[in-house]
Amino acid sequence: AEVMGRARSVVGWVLLTALAVLLCCPAALSSLDEEHPDSDTEHGESHGGNETGFHIVSFHWENVQTPYVIALWILVASLAQTVFHLSEKVTLVVPESILLIVLGLILGGIVWAADHTASFTLTPNVFFFYLLPPIILDAGYFMPNQQFFRNIGSILMYAIIGTVWNTVTTGLSLYGVFRTGIMGNLDAGLLEFLLFGSVIAAVDTVAVLTVFEEIHVNEALFIVVFGESLLNDGVTVVLYNVFNSFVAVGAGNIQGLDYFKGIVSFFVVSLGGIAIGIIFGFLLSLVTRFTKHVRVIEPGFVFVISYLSYLTSDMLSLSAILTIAFCGICCQKYVQANLCEQSIITVRYTMKMLASGAETIIFMFLGVSAVDTTIWTWNTPFILFTLVFISVYRVIGVVAQTWILNHYRVVQLEMIDQMVMSYGGLRGSMAFALVVLLDLKHVHEKRLFVSTTIIVVYFTIIFQGLTIKPLVKWLKIKRSQQKEPSLNEKLHERAFDHIVSAIEDISGQIGHNYLRDKWSRFDKKYLSKIMMRKSALISQDNLLSIFRELNLKDAISYLSEGERQGSLMFMHSSNDVNIDFTGPRYSVIDSSISAVLRESASDVCLDMKALENRVKSLKDQEEIVTHHTLQQLLYKPRKRYKLNYSRHKLVHNEGVKQDKEIFQQTMKKRLENLKSSKLGANHNIAFKNTKKEKGAKKKHSDAVPNRNLPTQSLALHADKDTQDVQPGQLIQENQGESNEKSVSDVEGHYDPSDGGISFLITPANNESDETRTGNSKSIPSPPPLPSPTTLDEKPISRKDDHVSQEDLSSEKPSRIFPSYLQKTWMQSYTSLENVESQVSTVSEHVAAQEESSTEIVLKATVDKTEEAKLNEDDHSTQLDREALDVKVQCAETLNEELEDNCPKDAALQEQKPLIIKDSKMHSAAAKRVQNRRSFHRPKPLRYPVLQKLGSLPVSCHIPPHSLEQEETQF
Amino acid sequence: MGSTPSLPAWEIRNLANTTGFTSEQIEILHRRFLHLTDGKTTMSKDCFDNIPDLDCNPIKSRIVNAFFDGRNLGLQTSGTVDEITFENFLTTLSFFQHMDDNHTKEDLEYYKNEKLQFLFRMYDTNGDGKITLEELREIVDELLSKTSNAEKTSSSIADAAMLEAANICVGQMIAKNPAKEQAINFWKAKPLCPGTDSLAGGKYELAS
Repeated sequence: AEVMGRARSVVGWVLLTALAVLLCCPAALSSLDEEHPDSDTEHGESHGGNETGFHIVSFHWENVQTPYVIALWILVASLAQTVFHLSEKVTLVVPESILLIVLGLILGGIVWAADHTASFTLTPNVFFFYLLPPIILDAGYFMPNQQFFRNIGSILMYAIIGTVWNTVTTGLSLYGVFRTGIMGNLDAGLLEFLLFGSVIAAVDTVAVLTVFEEIHVNEALFIVVFGESLLNDGVTVVLYNVFNSFVAVGAGNIQGLDYFKGIVSFFVVSLGGIAIGIIFGFLLSLVTRFTKHVRVIEPGFVFVISYLSYLTSDMLSLSAILTIAFCGICCQKYVQANLCEQSIITVRYTMKMLASGAETIIFMFLGVSAVDTTIWTWNTPFILFTLVFISVYRVIGVVAQTWILNHYRVVQLEMIDQMVMSYGGLRGSMAFALVVLLDLKHVHEKRLFVSTTIIVVYFTIIFQGLTIKPLVKWLKIKRSQQKEPSLNEKLHERAFDHIVSAIEDISGQIGHNYLRDKWSRFDKKYLSKIMMRKSALISQDNLLSIFRELNLKDAISYLSEGERQGSLMFMHSSNDVNIDFTGPRYSVIDSSISAVLRESASDVCLDMKALENRVKSLKDQEEIVTHHTLQQLLYKPRKRYKLNYSRHKLVHNEGVKQDKEIFQQTMKKRLENLKSSKLGANHNIAFKNTKKEKGAKKKHSDAVPNRNLPTQSLALHADKDTQDVQPGQLIQENQGESNEKSVSDVEGHYDPSDGGISFLITPANNESDETRTGNSKSIPSPPPLPSPTTLDEKPISRKDDHVSQEDLSSEKPSRIFPSYLQKTWMQSYTSLENVESQVSTVSEHVAAQEESSTEIVLKATVDKTEEAKLNEDDHSTQLDREALDVKVQCAETLNEELEDNCPKDAALQEQKPLIIKDSKMHSAAAKRVQNRRSFHRPKPLRYPVLQKLGSLPVSCHIPPHSLEQEETQF
Repeated sequence: MGSTPSLPAWEIRNLANTTGFTSEQIEILHRRFLHLTDGKTTMSKDCFDNIPDLDCNPIKSRIVNAFFDGRNLGLQTSGTVDEITFENFLTTLSFFQHMDDNHTKEDLEYYKNEKLQFLFRMYDTNGDGKITLEELREIVDELLSKTSNAEKTSSSIADAAMLEAANICVGQMIAKNPAKEQAINFWKAKPLCPGTDSLAGGKYELAS
């Protein structure tokens, strides 16, 4: 795999260099043109003289030169990104921006070598008119509004006071040092230094946001940093303009009134910019209300009007950045309500594409622009002092402001948050663009300022960007050396968090809530009515959308119900081992919902440490599973929602989904109450399968619903059968993996590996019955009996965040084996023992495969349900009919798959050694599949654990007797 | 907002004595109370529906019920009341007060106990002074997101939690029938106390 990876990256680099050469060619051509214009034209004329008449093909480089070069640059930038992402290891350690800068330096060097002039640099014009707007609009559009306005005070403080503080202190300190004479003779006064301070004050904190994904970050810190990065660009530009005009006027000509005017203009420019942005935002919302019949160009309006707002504001010399940011913030709600689903997706992706592309180009050009001897002047003390001052004052500013803010904030910003904020004070392209914009006529030390800015930008981006992740990790580790919380702690702490947040809501921070209530009322009464389509207004109604989703859920449960029955019948007809495949379908469909819901759940498994510490005995492992599920499934209180923003990815915030889910549940409860009050205690309604009803059943334990008995007995049969099949199935999984690589079709992926999970789930279905009876008679439930499969699967699959469900279900059957089945189990176990040693040696490979396979399964199912969801959403009225269709389809495919699997199974049992070898052979490929499929997985953490587990002799996991004792005491 | 009728000074003083809030906090809370009740002097369960953020809370009903639980209001009777006055409202909220260091040790112990009792009652839905497995399961069920296996998962988690609690309170058969005293012990004894402490120790402040 490594060789392949290297080969690929080599190919990538070759491609890049080829492109670079390609880029240089036009440059060389154009320089040639410039050098020998006469000879060229003569040449051309002479040719023209010889070849008269019609040209079939002719070469017109001049006509296309500019757009062609631009397109090539964009292509290079995009290809560079692609290449960087081929190898995850690199991008995990080195931020993309650094790679781009380095690439830019290389390309710049090549162009320089070919051309001896810096033909391509980041000009302020391009930057401010084409590259910056998409970035800011993107940030504004994806800004979580509620949190933004909840924390607006802190954000404004950091953005305004923080920027002014940085500007003034840096400028003054540099001026002070300059007066001591260390820097030598510079042609600059106080104003010039302040101007430089304003240039260098712009903090680009978006880079920090990517680090946030890996550490525990509360909502407050996230939104503060995000908001700051959005607003302080605007503030910086305003400050810059004020100082710039002062410098232009000249220090001598400024009177007291001018300073006052400067302060006034600061506010006018910012507030005016915001006002224009809000106006355009609402205008945009209004326009989208009427675009129902031109769906194709619908998304275009969002971009065109936002861009117009930017230009308008710039024309009025207001803060264009603030304008477009607020335009994005204001329009997002209405745009998302008005546009149709596809248009919204288009808008989101286009937004991301533009922003990500713009940023890529900016960073690359930051590298290219540095290769230009005309801009460089070196002054060591000046550069060094600038670096020192900006770092020191950033820290001081953040700490001081946080100290003040913490007096007023309910959610405090802690020490580590402040560390992250201060250290995350990277300087970005904004500083560079502003400094290049300086006028050499007024600012005589422009060259020094430019070179210093470049050094500062490079230093912060490269040095701090590289070190911030390790630093934060180190801090984090230092902080989290507490002991592992117990299950109860976790559970109840979560409950208490909910309680506390509820009490907060009830007692209410009146100021905020009051304003917000007022605003939402105003919004409902006027704004929404004006700006939203009627249909959007209706669908805004929570009830309806919930109803729709409930319908969808019911449809799914119908479907699984149907499959259950259908498959049961199938079993009757063939009475073979394959009954087990009925269960999985049910669970797969169900779990797919959960997968959709939790798809954005933490990428980082927080339990990693726990895992390492706790892998001691089987019981502990069970505990880990429980812990893990708890971690994954517990509703997060508001504070812990993970907000995410990345310029290069579309991020889904789970909070919204969770809210919806809770609301749905309460609705469902109410509905069911209503139903039961209407229908009496009749449980024989069609959707019996839904969980709530199951819960209801549990309560009426004596009134056993009629459907339960047969399934139970069937499930027991299934148990017996699975006993026999287990080895085969185990192998079959491996086989499934090796199959997968060859089958590219998504559908094909999940039937084989289903098999492995399936048989584990069928018995789990009646687990509740078991425990219930065990409970009511106060008899301890049967002790867990580790089955061979659990032994293999459990330690391995636990690592996978997404598979927790399968984990659990795979764990279940071991628990509920009735005691009279022990014998059979023991038999099958002993027969397996010799196989196991083999298995444990390959367990690592299997693990890799398993991970990839389960993930694929999940993905496939996710895709499916998402598709289904989309469909349903579109034709909500035909929902029932569609659901039926889906059901029929799925039932059909299911049956087909079942038939496919049925013979395989028996055959597999005999082939097992062969297949194990097979899986070994394919493991490299499987790993690669996994690599490609799973981004953002902390692999280095995972593998040591895996090896540990793998190296443990399997037999030591199975102390059934000791376990029995431990459990029976309870 | 300025026109809301405020409480007479003597009443504020009384309330401040009984609940431990400062008069300023009481006034803020009174305004909030009136805001929630639309100016009425008593509060019913519907009033809590006016809080949009509360809808997102998975254990909303439990929390709301806590406000109407007779045991929390010092009525000695179990069961719920239909409407509560401002005083009752304050009494319930006072469980969440931040404890300063200027209390005596016994006081702190007492308040801690009170807080634990309050939380215990929130779990003990039927009011028999015991948290049964069934009740624990219910709350786990509410806390878990409703995904496929949650049904089974929640019960197994509850089982595990009970077992853990039982292990900590050595030898006591709490898992089946936790008597009230024991159960309180169990709350304290299990290392949950960091959680409770943080609740007691002022995660929640009325500063705003």
